[in-house]
Order: sequence, then C-alpha cells, then structure tokens
Amino acid sequence: MNFLLRRLGFYVLAYWAALTIDFVLPRLLPGDPAATIMGSLGSRLQPGQVEAMQKALGLDHTDGLPQQYVTFLSHAARGDLGFSYSYFPATVTEVIGTGLIWTLLLGLTALLISFVLGNLLGVFGAWRRVGFLANVVPPIMILAGAFPPFFLALSAVYVLGVQFNLIPTSHAFADTLAPAPTLEFAASVLEHLFLPAVIIVIVTIGIWTLTMRNTMVSVLADDFITMAEAKGLRQHRIMFNYAARNALLPSVTGFGVFLGFVLSGQVLIEQVFAYPGLGFLLVGAVGSRDYPLMQGLFLMITTAVLAANFLVDVLYTRLDPRVRAG
Amino acid sequence: MDFRLLLRNPIGRIGIIVVLFFVVASLGAPVIAPGDPSEFVGDPNQPPSSEHIFGTDPQGKDVFRQTVWGGRISLAIGFGTAILAITVAILIGMTAGFFGGLVDNLLTLLMNLFLVIPGLPLLILLAAYLAPSTSTVIGTLALTGWAFHARIFRSMVLSLREKDFVAASIVSGEGNFTILFQQILPNMINIIVGSFIGSLIYGIGAATALSFLGLTEMTDVTWGTNLFWAQNGGALFSGAWWAFVPSGICVALTAFGLSLINYGMDEITNPRLRAERELAKVVKNAALRRVRATPFVPRAH
Amino acid sequence: MTTSQPVLNLCDLYVEYLTARGPVQAVNGVSFSIAPGEVFGLAGESGCGKSTIAHTILRVLRPPAIITGGQIVVKGRDVLQMDDETLEAFRWRDVSMVFQSAMNSLNPVMNVGNQLADVFIRHKRMSKREALERASELLIGVDIDQRRLSSFPHQLSGGMRQRVVIAMAMALEPALMIMDEPTTALDVVVQKDIMQQIRELKRKMSFAILFITHDLSLMTEFSDRIGIMYAGEIVEQAQAREIFNNPLHPYTQGLLGSFPALAGPKKRLTGIAGSPPDLVAPPAGCRFHPRCWVCQPIEQVVKPQLREVLPGHWLAAHPGMPLPPGAA
Repeated sequence: MNFLLRRLGFYVLAYWAALTIDFVLPRLLPGDPAATIMGSLGSRLQPGQVEAMQKALGLDHTDGLPQQYVTFLSHAARGDLGFSYSYFPATVTEVIGTGLIWTLLLGLTALLISFVLGNLLGVFGAWRRVGFLANVVPPIMILAGAFPPFFLALSAVYVLGVQFNLIPTSHAFADTLAPAPTLEFAASVLEHLFLPAVIIVIVTIGIWTLTMRNTMVSVLADDFITMAEAKGLRQHRIMFNYAARNALLPSVTGFGVFLGFVLSGQVLIEQVFAYPGLGFLLVGAVGSRDYPLMQGLFLMITTAVLAANFLVDVLYTRLDPRVRAG
Repeated sequence: MDFRLLLRNPIGRIGIIVVLFFVVASLGAPVIAPGDPSEFVGDPNQPPSSEHIFGTDPQGKDVFRQTVWGGRISLAIGFGTAILAITVAILIGMTAGFFGGLVDNLLTLLMNLFLVIPGLPLLILLAAYLAPSTSTVIGTLALTGWAFHARIFRSMVLSLREKDFVAASIVSGEGNFTILFQQILPNMINIIVGSFIGSLIYGIGAATALSFLGLTEMTDVTWGTNLFWAQNGGALFSGAWWAFVPSGICVALTAFGLSLINYGMDEITNPRLRAERELAKVVKNAALRRVRATPFVPRAH
Repeated sequence: MTTSQPVLNLCDLYVEYLTARGPVQAVNGVSFSIAPGEVFGLAGESGCGKSTIAHTILRVLRPPAIITGGQIVVKGRDVLQMDDETLEAFRWRDVSMVFQSAMNSLNPVMNVGNQLADVFIRHKRMSKREALERASELLIGVDIDQRRLSSFPHQLSGGMRQRVVIAMAMALEPALMIMDEPTTALDVVVQKDIMQQIRELKRKMSFAILFITHDLSLMTEFSDRIGIMYAGEIVEQAQAREIFNNPLHPYTQGLLGSFPALAGPKKRLTGIAGSPPDLVAPPAGCRFHPRCWVCQPIEQVVKPQLREVLPGHWLAAHPGMPLPPGAA
C-alpha cells in the first residue's frame, strides 16, 4: 500500500511537471507569446473571450509571472484549457474528448496483443535454446522494430489500400455510417482498427520478446529452477509457474516505461491512417499552429500514460509478493 | 571488452558491416552520387532508369542522390544526439549512483520524470515552439533520450560500488573522482557502448519521424525530409513508390545493423548465452531434449 | 530393503565443462558406492568436483557441462542411460537433493505450501488438497508451524528455509538424499540445529546420505565413510574414524592439518603449499604431485589407481609409496 501511495505521489508530480511544461513553452516563442498564441484566433473572439483565454493559458499581462502560473494551474484543474483555433468554437477540452476514445481503443488493443504475444514468444524462445524460435525469430523481430513505424504504415497503406484496396486505410469507421450501437457500426470500427493495430503490433512486439527472452535466460540460470528440475516437475510447470512468473516481473516494471514509448509512437500511426485519435489531432494542431490545442493534447496524452503506468503498478503488487508487504 | 570477439560473433559481424556500409556510403556521397541532391533534374515521378537509378520524386529531384546524401545529416544527427545524451546520462547516472542519499533521490526523481513524460509528443511540442535547426533537433532529442540510459548507468554504479575493489580504493584514501574514473568507469564500458548504440538508434529514428512531420529544417536533405517531400508531393497516390522506399529502408537497415551489434555484444558478455553456444557446438541434440538434462556424450578415456 | 545392493553405485564417472579455453576436466574417473542407510561424506576444497558430482547424479548440471563417461546406478538403474520420460519420473523419488544455500532454492513468488505440494501432485497424482495435507505433515516433521504453509520464502528466516528445503527433499521418502553444503550458509548456532534435525530424520526414516562439505570436522562427526577428493579424483576413501586417525594420502594429511581443534593442545596449522591445478591442463599422472612431499617419479607420469591398502581403506597411490606397517 505504501508502495502504491508513493507511486501515486510521483504521478501527481509528473502531471504537475507536464502542466509546467505547458506553461513554459509559449514563452519560448519569439516575440510576444500571447499574441502568437492567439494568432488569428484573436480576431474571431470577442474581447471578453480574449481575456478569459489569456487568463486560462496563464498569459495575462496584467499579472506577475507567479500569478499567471497560479491562474493557469487553477484553470487547468477545472478543465479550462481555452478555445481551439482550428476547431473554433469548440474548446480544447471538447476536442480532446473526441480523440481520447479512439486513441484508447487503438492503443489498448494493440498493446494487449503485442504484450501477450511478445512475451509468449519470449518465453518459448528462451526455453528452446536452439531452433527457430530462439535463433531466427528474435533477429526478425529486431528488423521489424527497426523500421520507422510510419514507414511500415505507409507501405501498408500503399500496398493494401491504394494498390489492392483490400482494407480500409483511414479513419476510424466508414464515412457513410454514424456512430450508433449497432453491429454494422461495430464491424466497421473493427475493420478500420485492424491495419493500424497490426502495424503497432509488428513494430512493438520485438521489445517484449527480447526483454522477456533475456530475463528468462537469467531466471533459468537461477538455483530455484535447478531445484524445480531436480524435483522432476513437468516442463510446462517449470517454464510457466517457476520461470515465467519470475521473469515477468522485470517485464512488467519495464512495461510502464515502454508504454510511454508506445503511446508516443502511436502518434505517427494515427497520422498515417488518419485515425482520429489524440496523436492525429496533435499533428493537425501543429500544422495549423493551434497552440492551445497542442498544449491540451500534450497534457491529455501525458495523463493517459500516467494512468496506464499506475495500473501497471497495481498489477505489479498483485504479482510480486515481496512488494505487497511494504 | 574484446572487440575482436564481436567480429567473430556472426550476428555482431553482420551488424558492423551494415553500419560501416552506410557510414562509408554517406561519407563518399560526393563520389557515389555527384551533384546537388536538391536540384531539379528531370520530370517528376519517373520510375528508376539508367539515367536516374532510383527514379525521380514528385518534385523532379533525383532520388538516388537524395538517398545517398540524406545519410550524412541523418547519421550526424544520430551521433550528435548519442554523444550528448550519453554524456549527460553518464554524468547524472553516475553521480546519483555513487553519492547516494539526497542527491540520488533528487536525480532519480528527475530521471523518472523524464522517462514517464511521453517523448514524441514532447518532441513535437518543442519542435513546434522552437525554431527548427540541426542543433535544436539534437538538443531536444538528447533531452528526451538521456533518462533511459541514466537509469541503467545508475544501477550499474550502485552494484559496482558494493564490490570489494571499490571498497579497497575508498579505504586506501583515494579521492572520489579517482575512484569514479579509474575504477568504476572502466567496468562500465560494455554498458556504455550498448547504451550509445541504443541512443544512436533512437536519434536517427526520432529525427526521421520529426522530419516526416515537417518539424525540422526542411531545406536540409535527410532521410526524414526525403520521406516528407515524397509524402507531401503525393508520391504514394501517384504510384511513385520509388520516391519514399529507399530512404525508409536506409533508416531501417541502419537501425537494424546497430541493433545486431548490440545483440552480438549481449551474446558475448552474457556468460549464460556463451555457455549455451559452447555446448551447442559439441552436442547437437542437447537443447532439443524434452527434459533439460546434462547431456551424456561418452568417449574413450 | 534386505538386499545388500548399494543404493548408489557410481562407476568411473567423467564430467567436463566445455569452455572457450578448452574442456575443463572437472571429474576424472570417480567411483564410489553408498549402502542403504549409510552416510557417505565427500570432502575436498572448493573446486574439487564434489558439487559437480552431486548435480550429475540427478543430471541437473548446467551448460556447458557434459558427462563423458561412466555409470550412475541407482537401485539397479543407470541414470545416464535413461530417456527423458524415465528421468523426469525418476528424479526426487529415489534420490533427492538439498542444495547449497536454500535461500535461492525456493521460488520467490510461490508460497511454501504450494512448493511442497508440487512433488506430490506431480509424482503421486494427488489432488491439491491431499497434497497440501501431506505438505503440512512434512512441515511438522521439521518443527515448523503449519500456518507457514501460506508464507513466502522471503518471510522465513534462513534456518527455517533450510528446514523447508530438507522437508521438501524428504517428501517422497527417497532412498538417498544428497546434501550439498547444507549448513555452510548458516551461522554456527543454526548449523547445530539443522544437523540435529537431519540426524533425527535419518533415525526415523533411515535414508542414505551423500554428504558434501568442506568442513572436515563436521564431516567426520556425521559420516560413516568418507571420500577425499582432489582436482576431480578421489584420493582416499575409508571409514570416518579411520580417515581421521590414520590419514594415508599426503593431501588428506594436509587437509586435516589445516583445521584447528576446539579443544586439546595448541597445534600448528600446516596448510598445503601451492594451489589447486588448472583443470584445463591438469598435471600428468597424479594430479597432486606438484604439491606433494612424498612424490615418486612414477607419480608424475602414471595416474595412481585407488587400491585397498588396509581393510576398507582405499588409497590412490603407487606401490612404493611410504605407508604404515600392515598396509599392502
């Protein structure tokens, strides 16, 4: 419990750091940050709204820097991140809302498949010391992971979409449908989810496999494995209940870090597939210099990563009895 | 670390050859693909021909020249990032691991913060707010990439600090810096090289991604900008796949080669993997046994 | 169990480790046998091959080790000739093992009860419930509260963990228990407790023990017969008392001279000059000859065979080596 509380404290701190980054960034812009941020948005807003937005972003000239910071934090806490320039009159929070669910759907699906498959391959690859799984699969996975993800994505779009028109290569669901809890809609969602998810799996599976394999190789050298073998226990029991259960622990702790990488990288995949998640919105925001939206999206992506990390921590306490105590 | 062993290891050897190939090719660009890669030389979207080995891109530039010259800045950014990131990682990681206490707590907190905040989105934001240039790219990449390795270095220093030879140095009154640089650092060479290579891979890959998103100096010719211009010009829709495939493959193969080097180094330094190899040379079927048992290979005595 | 068939008959065992420098000849033609209910001690300094032999009996020796010759006959069956199925079923039933430093022998993420129950479920096809009942009986047998069934290894003290490991080894009532340095990693007080426990259990269940340690005083107290190993070979083998009172091999003499006595007159510790040989390129002939003070020229060329020089007392020496009167 102590452990979880400390981790939670850390994540709160990290969230605050992200907020602070959001606060500092506009000041990196040449010239007057407020003017640049507002950009052409300024002309569309009424004077009252201009002031409100400046305050929300901590850019109100009338306050001193510390006061700006505090105002910024309090607005952020209330979920007021200003208006989005490119999606005006929608607020940043509203735009984020539309993207969140797609990012989560794509991310979680791909991550789950990648993690489970990757670790299984790693376990088997370490157990069979020679042979296909141990010697051929890891280098292939390294190769797959070496490709820039967006390159693989583009190639897939090109080959499967443009040339052969086999599979949908953009958007989250068919343009002709409207979101509704129908089977048809669900099928369309799955269809559009397929390719982006597959690409993410291909690019990320290597990490799990190699980490698991390396950890398994160390664990298999441990004395308690020798003891388990000496006891004449069945191979699958030793492999899973003795070796993998222990090898999984470092994988799970690493999971948190890699999770961040994977969710970050998803930005590119969403971009290529025009999958309307947070990443896609972020790239779009950069293109239209929609600073408020950029900052808000960064915050949201960070929150997602932090939340996922915390869940992983909770999972870890269930897996490792030595941590449960303290 | 015996680098000659790396050459003997088949996987490591392939890795070194691949990486050397790209380094040499990039350095030799003026000879291999003479001319200005940004020059408009012909009709756009021409397929590969004897005149243009890789064809032309949607702007009418020679793709072969772009690909060969692109390696220079791509690799340079990779090296720059790696040098900067690893230097910072060594400084912070070693300080944290060696001195412990409050210093360690604060530095570890810093490391963890940088690790947990998502890298690419931060990179995108920084690139969007700052003026794009090679040095800002290297700076921001190093900023998002140092923490991962710093953590590794810190653990390494923590475990080395417990070893007897370090205790002996401390007891005999050697200064902290002497201990750090003469005792601890030499034992970390393997890990540092491994991390350097990892950083290289990250630097090249992330820079390519940023360029693809249009967030770096777009007048430079790099593998990433090549991909950007190809995509921007609608190469895919025009069916001109030769415009974006070469640069992408170059990035992939370079990263692959670097990974193989790391993989080979792993095999050499990990005594268990080495033991398996030694055994495999003599006993063909041992590892395929259903049950793990010491093999019985009788011979005359 | 009325046959005089030995529980273990190790014949001419050769074990090598394949390293980049060349094969390390860790065990070089070792033979000994253990009768039912007997305690056979294997003594020698670190690296002499005793632990290797222990692991080889169950064939759990790690790569890059290979067995290059010999027979390991347990109750009539040669372990080295067994196929996978047979070997897996054989392990733990007739021979079990208590490993060095029990702390690392237990699975850190599994509770003690499940680890004890494992063998029953596997070898006796018991249900989980039955197996756990037997597990709690085992714990009681080693003086551990049965509430500890749900404890994890890190929650137990070093001594308790060692007793759990011993309980585990006894689970299937094997005919032979191999104990590889069972008390080395423990402090002296706990050591005494554990040895006491082992004696108790042996009295009740009368299993044979292959007892491995470098602590010669502990060994002479506890064993019936002792084999002295040096550089992968057995150099002397006899009843424990006999070895202690009448060591014939120079190495044994040196070994005994290296241990301080707790009581009795002050004795000069002698030790043995030199260091153990490199087993990739061991000395020709008698492996001890470079450090030996009664070395004869023939020892440098021809390996001495174990001969019975006194009743029940075997010595690896060539004829002509100075021996007490009455020896062959």
